[in-house]
Amino acid sequence: MKLAVLFSGGKDSVLSAWLAKKNGYELSCLVSVVSKNKESFMFHTPSISMVKVQAKVMDVPLILHETEGVKEKELIDLENALLKAKNEFGIEGVVSGAVESVYQSSRVQKICNRLGLECFNPLWQKNQMEILDDLIKENFNVIIVGVFAYPLDKSFLGRKIDKKFVIEVEKLLNKFKINPAGEGGEFESFVLDCPLFKSELKVKSFEDFGEENSWRRELEI
Amino acid sequence: MEEGVGDMILIINVCKEKLHYFEFVKPIEDILKKENVDFFTKHYLELTKKDLIKADKVIICGTSLKDNVFVDNIEKFEWIRDFEKPLLGICAGMQIVGLVGGGKLKMHLEIGYFYEDFRKKFLGVNEEVEVYHLHNNYVDFSDEFEIFNKGEVVQAAKHKLKDIYGVLFHPEVRNKKMILEFVKI
Repeated sequence: MKLAVLFSGGKDSVLSAWLAKKNGYELSCLVSVVSKNKESFMFHTPSISMVKVQAKVMDVPLILHETEGVKEKELIDLENALLKAKNEFGIEGVVSGAVESVYQSSRVQKICNRLGLECFNPLWQKNQMEILDDLIKENFNVIIVGVFAYPLDKSFLGRKIDKKFVIEVEKLLNKFKINPAGEGGEFESFVLDCPLFKSELKVKSFEDFGEENSWRRELEI
Repeated sequence: MEEGVGDMILIINVCKEKLHYFEFVKPIEDILKKENVDFFTKHYLELTKKDLIKADKVIICGTSLKDNVFVDNIEKFEWIRDFEKPLLGICAGMQIVGLVGGGKLKMHLEIGYFYEDFRKKFLGVNEEVEVYHLHNNYVDFSDEFEIFNKGEVVQAAKHKLKDIYGVLFHPEVRNKKMILEFVKI
């Protein structure tokens, strides 16, 4: 079955794409919705312009769609992007990286239902620590590009998700009720390498923006 | 890991698509794993009489909005008619239970969080609770079943004489305790 990947370049969407590929599905295109609103309800925003580089090393076409990021209106933009994927690439389904967010997943389900597309959420309800363990097991190289909750701070930007990171966030989970996989928006990630990439990406430079417990890193690859 | 205790649960996968296992079956497995409950999982097309004998209880999982292949294969579930052990059907699983029990399939799309009001205690719930819906259809149950929720769309039903339960919503998302209540029966 031909699938479009709802692609943010972060760990959840890339891991979902990998699970689809591993289970015999064809990744026909990536769909990234770039929000002008950094507080977007639906879309991961840090370093999203770099998805172009990820698409290139995956050798999968990318549909990049811009949205103002206004709540609910951004869904019309997503629907248009998926319609384009259906018309141009003949996709029969969509795979997303939704884990716990019913806000995101139910809206994607509704859009897929209207467009007659299958909807796949292979990380749905998955234990957050299991996701981090899977990334390590499957040889993903993932770094943190955004932190948005206390006690996370600028020092987390650029950190690699490895065993040391997993132990640290597990402690934070217990102490501060931080979601260890960051799906509650506590942090955002960017995938530099994984089994879907033909070559590893290197960070050329970066710029950090923010204050106190809200920081994002814009990468140049 | 500690040895599992108590009954052996058979989880039945009804998904047409392999990738939907992660979304509709694995979350149920994870709930049982966390509570150290023994289980084994089979796809309904590979189910044997031996599996049904081995199981003390059965959970039939849901599937995606677009997947109604299980309805075309409803004869594969005829065994439910003579099944005397506890069984819980979730979403597609509930539709299967209802159809085998002489109910009629009706269209009704619901996606996302909704409140459902239970008129009587059902798997530990007897009040208004928030539940996660993902379905295009529901079953208008036959008189063999008692309906436990208020409203037109049947969300919770139980066979009048057997421990056969059905929920249209997905308890694995917001109402995990209902699954564990079933396991305790």
